[in-house]
Amino acid sequence: MSEKNGGSNTQGWQLQAVERQRQIRKHAAESGSFLGSARAEMTLGKLAVRLFVLVIVLVWTLPTLGVLVSSLRTPAAINATGWWQGLFRFFEFEQWTLSNYRHVLSADRMDHAFFNSLLITIPATVIPISMAAFAAFSIAWLRFHGREILFVMIVGLLVVPLQMALIPVLQVYTRYGITGTFFGMWLAHTGFGLPLATYILYGYISSIPKSILESAHADGATPWLTFTRLVLPLSIPAIASFAIFQFLWVWNDLLVALVFFGTRQPIVTTRLAELVGSRGHTWYVLTAGAFVSMVLPLLIFFSLQRYFVRGMMAGAVKG
Amino acid sequence: MSDITQQKAPFSSLTDRYPMRVLLAFGSLAVTIAILGGGAAFLQDVRGVSYIGIAGVGLFVGVVGIWALFYSLNSLAELFGPGVRDRIVPYVFVAPAALTLGFYILYPAVRTVWLSFLSRRGDEFVGLANYEYIFTNPAMLVVLRNTLLWVIFVPLMATVVGLLIAVIVDRFKPRWEKIVKSLVFMPMAISFVGASIIWRFVYYFRPAHLEQLGLLNAIVTALGGDPVAWITIRPWNNFLLIFIMIWLQTGFAMVILSASVKGVPKDLLDAARVDGAGELSVFFNVTIPYVKGTILVVMTTILFMVLKIFDVVYVTTSGQHGTHIVASRMYQEAFVYRNFGRGSALAVFLFVVVIPFMVRNVQHIREARSQ
Repeated sequence: MSEKNGGSNTQGWQLQAVERQRQIRKHAAESGSFLGSARAEMTLGKLAVRLFVLVIVLVWTLPTLGVLVSSLRTPAAINATGWWQGLFRFFEFEQWTLSNYRHVLSADRMDHAFFNSLLITIPATVIPISMAAFAAFSIAWLRFHGREILFVMIVGLLVVPLQMALIPVLQVYTRYGITGTFFGMWLAHTGFGLPLATYILYGYISSIPKSILESAHADGATPWLTFTRLVLPLSIPAIASFAIFQFLWVWNDLLVALVFFGTRQPIVTTRLAELVGSRGHTWYVLTAGAFVSMVLPLLIFFSLQRYFVRGMMAGAVKG
Repeated sequence: MSDITQQKAPFSSLTDRYPMRVLLAFGSLAVTIAILGGGAAFLQDVRGVSYIGIAGVGLFVGVVGIWALFYSLNSLAELFGPGVRDRIVPYVFVAPAALTLGFYILYPAVRTVWLSFLSRRGDEFVGLANYEYIFTNPAMLVVLRNTLLWVIFVPLMATVVGLLIAVIVDRFKPRWEKIVKSLVFMPMAISFVGASIIWRFVYYFRPAHLEQLGLLNAIVTALGGDPVAWITIRPWNNFLLIFIMIWLQTGFAMVILSASVKGVPKDLLDAARVDGAGELSVFFNVTIPYVKGTILVVMTTILFMVLKIFDVVYVTTSGQHGTHIVASRMYQEAFVYRNFGRGSALAVFLFVVVIPFMVRNVQHIREARSQ
């Protein structure tokens, strides 16, 4: 695809990819509806299959719905009847309330935790992506000693479990008083996210048509300009996908936070885990708290679903 | 690229003058150091500062800092002539990533191996004692058994359910396919902590004279049974935790396998059907062989994930009632009991278990690439 267009027109190159995606989607749509209508008769087997899908969908959604519904019911209502009763008697309005959220946000410090989580997550997403993009560009397109070895090393580090890193890093952190700091968290998440980020961005950046970069070089562009003006804008899709993955990974992380950040300053996951420990049966607190922690990931999921799926795929396949 | 030359032009008059470039390079380096150093000092102790203040400074330091770092280092490299510059710049671009990786993964991994041969505080060489403990202590044997259950059932069930859903909804109308897939995929957005709370609520138990609030016990009592304290029943409670993980990972398996299932050539499927093969036969004899490679990748990927996950056990049972797995036990040994020797040995164990699958996965990726 890339050779046909040469380096003169990057837009055409991207447009073609979009067009191809559209064709694939169209094809999928047609084949789906074709089968749907041609085999309309309802056999027993088909009924069983539909029932199976229905059961799966219910099991995959009802538990979450239960937590959402409960978080909106008064503590008394939660303890009196199951949450489904609340739905059956939807119009008994005295059971609905927002006070649970008010309570967890203020009394249980979830508001503070939410801010702290953001403050950890945003830099812990931007820093590894920046570092990885620079490194990936350098490995893919610049000449220097040891680039092969470096790349092999990065790929090798992909499979080292996080657990292998925790104790020695904690020892260093403790010695220099870095535990419990935002800086320490950013860098820790950067370190643990870097192999994957570099690997993914390398895959994308190295597939940029050679002619584009060569013409930039011929025009006298420095590596810095080539990278910031050309490579980075072209890599936006890969960056967006990985950014979503990393953002959610850090947002949802409990282990790194417990080890390096502690619980003196709350973040959503550690705070929530603490609440489970101290108030494990206080469902009005737990359900509302859980939803506060889930609202941002779910928003991202429903608004950026395509990037989200792509990001999770990219993140997990090589994990 | 005309784009680049045009954009470069306005700057060239300024940056071409050498003294100016020196000033810019060292100036930006000073600013970078100020941002990073000042920010670190500020964020070291933020008690008494408003959220907005912390967040503003923090975001500035974290986000602008990294780019200031690259900018200033690059400016310094560009002070040399193009020949030297092009030899230095690659290292400048790679160095932050390489140093970070070295400090956060390479060095700790090596050191963890070493620590696993030392005593709890690392002041005494104990040889293989920590490993002996892992494989002989009765409690640890339960941990190993549980881990084995997790490692078998989560990848297997997530993949089976994911594949079934992928194949079935492929025949649905696109709108329904999309809805079903979205809903099954949704748990991937939820943290392990959140999911654990969600399922604790489902498994929740109250004595029989009280109204059951948990969905599972409500169903049991509605069918005439007595409520059960599910989480405490050994060893079956492990499967309740395993199910949480299956619930979280099925969406992943489904999406990957769905893409693969859509890649099965229509001619192949139609040919089989024309030859009179039933849908089950088509599924087992055409679809499955075709997506076999993907199934393998999905299963190993989920397996990696499962081995490392400690959150579900930590939040649901804290390892009580015989539910610890290696990852959760590693956390407890290292960071609750502060036994770095045993914790390291458990970490090494996780790593060693992963290696054969990693080799298989790399082979698979290489095969896929060479085709």
